[in-house]
Amino acid sequence: MPHVLVAYTDDEPGVLNRVASLFRRRAFNIHSLTVGPTEKAGVSRMTIVVDTDDQGAARAQSNLEKLLNVQKVENLSIRPSVVRDLVLLRVAAESTVRPEIIQLAQSFRATVVDIATNSLVLECTGSAGKIDALLDVMKPYGILEMGRTGVVAMARGADFFGAQSACTATEALAVNFQ
Amino acid sequence: MEMSGAHIIWECLTREGVSTVFGYPGGAVLNLYDALLDFPAMHHVLARHEQGACHMADGYARASGQVGVVIATSGPGATNLVTGLATAMLDSVPLVAITGQVRSQLIGTDAFQEVDVTGITLPITKHNYLVQRAEDIVPVLREAFALAATGRPGAVLVDITTDAQKAKTEFDWEGHVPHRHLRHLPPRPDPGQLQQALKLIKAAKRPIILAGRGIDLSGARQEVLAFAEKTSTPIAMTLLALGVIPASHRLNLGMMGMHGEAWTNQAIQESDLLLAFGMRFDDRVTGDLKTYAPHAKKIHIEIDASEIHKNVKVDAPILGDLRETLRVLLPQVKTKDHSDWLEHVAALRGNVNADAILEDHGSLQAPQVIHELWKGTDGKATVVTDVGQHQMWEAQYYKHDEQKSLITSGGLGTMGFALPAAIGAKLACPEKEVWVIAGDGGFQMNMQELMTLVQEGIKVNIAIINNGYLGMVRQWQELFYKSRYAATPMLNPDFVKLAAAFGIPGRVVTARSEVADAITEARGTKGPFLLEFQVEQETSVYPMVPAGASLHNMLRRETAEPAQIGTRT
Ligand SMILES: Cc1ncc(C[n+]2csc(CCOP(=O)(O)OP(=O)(O)O)c2C)c(N)n1
Ligand SMILES: [Mg+2]
Repeated sequence: MPHVLVAYTDDEPGVLNRVASLFRRRAFNIHSLTVGPTEKAGVSRMTIVVDTDDQGAARAQSNLEKLLNVQKVENLSIRPSVVRDLVLLRVAAESTVRPEIIQLAQSFRATVVDIATNSLVLECTGSAGKIDALLDVMKPYGILEMGRTGVVAMARGADFFGAQSACTATEALAVNFQ
Repeated sequence: MEMSGAHIIWECLTREGVSTVFGYPGGAVLNLYDALLDFPAMHHVLARHEQGACHMADGYARASGQVGVVIATSGPGATNLVTGLATAMLDSVPLVAITGQVRSQLIGTDAFQEVDVTGITLPITKHNYLVQRAEDIVPVLREAFALAATGRPGAVLVDITTDAQKAKTEFDWEGHVPHRHLRHLPPRPDPGQLQQALKLIKAAKRPIILAGRGIDLSGARQEVLAFAEKTSTPIAMTLLALGVIPASHRLNLGMMGMHGEAWTNQAIQESDLLLAFGMRFDDRVTGDLKTYAPHAKKIHIEIDASEIHKNVKVDAPILGDLRETLRVLLPQVKTKDHSDWLEHVAALRGNVNADAILEDHGSLQAPQVIHELWKGTDGKATVVTDVGQHQMWEAQYYKHDEQKSLITSGGLGTMGFALPAAIGAKLACPEKEVWVIAGDGGFQMNMQELMTLVQEGIKVNIAIINNGYLGMVRQWQELFYKSRYAATPMLNPDFVKLAAAFGIPGRVVTARSEVADAITEARGTKGPFLLEFQVEQETSVYPMVPAGASLHNMLRRETAEPAQIGTRT
């Protein structure tokens, strides 16, 4: 079962390699891994989707939290969260079926971002399930190319957790003592 | 003050309290070695191989509890550290390795002696660094030392380019207090889990403490003993815990696991509560997990969160420092009297006749040698073993009472460890009597370090248990591969002559009657001494849990009739 982990890490060279290497070494199967900046300079945010059970997810989390560059990890699978993936899809579209495709795309809130003579490119954002459904619907027309970003995720509600709070209490204490 | 990167490195080491380092020079650390001459108080031990240097730093760290330091050049120097780093990492030994790296501009070009050391060592270090600017040396080294020694200790590697060693910069120590190593230190033990543990302790009728190396690392020997005595709980030990709890203590059940005492394993299987203190349920300790301690609840006190529930699902996981946790627990546990249980365990012990092998029946047996060594050294030596049958016999027959008095490669099981690690241990504790116990095979893996021993002018005694075989592998071939001895019989050099070439006196021992006298001679000789014990060749270590079998299904010596032992050749 896919589990979504969010890791706040130092923005340093080699961190991605350390994280990827850990998953390989501990024999975890990564579905997707995305990295980007956060609201706080010097802190990166990784969203990792890993195919494992609850115990495996806990093990992945505790191993991630052994890495020096990892500040904090949260498991979003155990709480309400927003999980989004973006897909770019090149679909075969002769002029005869084009209106039909565009109409279908609209019902998925996918937008047409490029049109060529025999094909068009759709962009769609959503949960993995929604994107899979879009793919199913487009398959009969012929999918010529597909690119997905992998997911980014965020907890819902007021009890959120961000890069600002990623630094642990003990570390913060030490910084203040300097 | 302006200093070169190389001087900054030595200055940092000095301020970290390092007085002895182990290493081997080369092109990428020429700057570093040149600056060494400006630090006359720093003792540099020149090994004969970087693997040797790394095991020396490891032995130094295990014997002293301080961070060990090893230095190597780029490329082949650095790759030679790999086995030593993995050895230290798997046994949670605090170690800092400093390697030279090619000039920053050459990185990534496959320059002469360039190798991606941080890439190679990533999975076998706690963390590693590539330093390309002199300004980064202080923060990185301070963090490296802090990281190696805190939490669950381990190996940290710092790769420093030649230009960073050469460049001059302001030396700023105070401005770089490390803090990131504190990130993942465990919080105070969770009160809920403590309550759960107390409930289990209260309800238990047949408890056993499983003692691991974590006890030594957290300095919890007194607390564990106090706990065991107050609750009348017997203690079973992992290989790396031997000595952490005195062997002579009445509650000590000795070693558990694959070559542990049969009655100790039996007691674990019958127990209703396991208290795992700073140990990690290694497969060599548990045997088949499906049948492991089936009646027991489990309490696991552990500093490394990723070890909890890893192999064995536990009922009360307590994440924290062992000593701190026990200090909280101790006043809250009730005094217990488990004399029924203790008597039962003692009765299990009753039918074991392990010492039978110690009787004299002509040929020389390795366990006899170990037993004599134990007697001859009053059980007070620091023994550094290699890996194989002799290692298990050492664990069974040398009764360690003192902490840090057994130094052995447990997790990785690295042959060639003993001699260099013993050199490190002796330099850490010059007042200790240090013995190497090595097999004929493993001794030949790092025997070049005999010369380091001589150059350092220190006394380490060496006992080679020569059975003419890669004995432990031969044993598995005998038991599980129909005695087909593929690549295990070994032709050996004349070890005494070999030692003589290094200027070390030695003696061959072939009979039981000479053992004690030979040990006395070795001890009485100034400087190192090598004893070659030519022992019975095809004896096996018993009892034994075959890999993957249940802990209570131990292979035993075919007959307790000692006359049978050693007559198979
Ligand atoms: C570096 C390394 N290579 C191979 C092994 C596998 N191995 C484990 S024990 C052993 C035999 C050791 O023979 P020896 O040193 O003579 O000791 P003995 O078992 O005979 O006491 C071997 C080859 C190992 N542990 N380490
Ligand atoms: Mg041998």
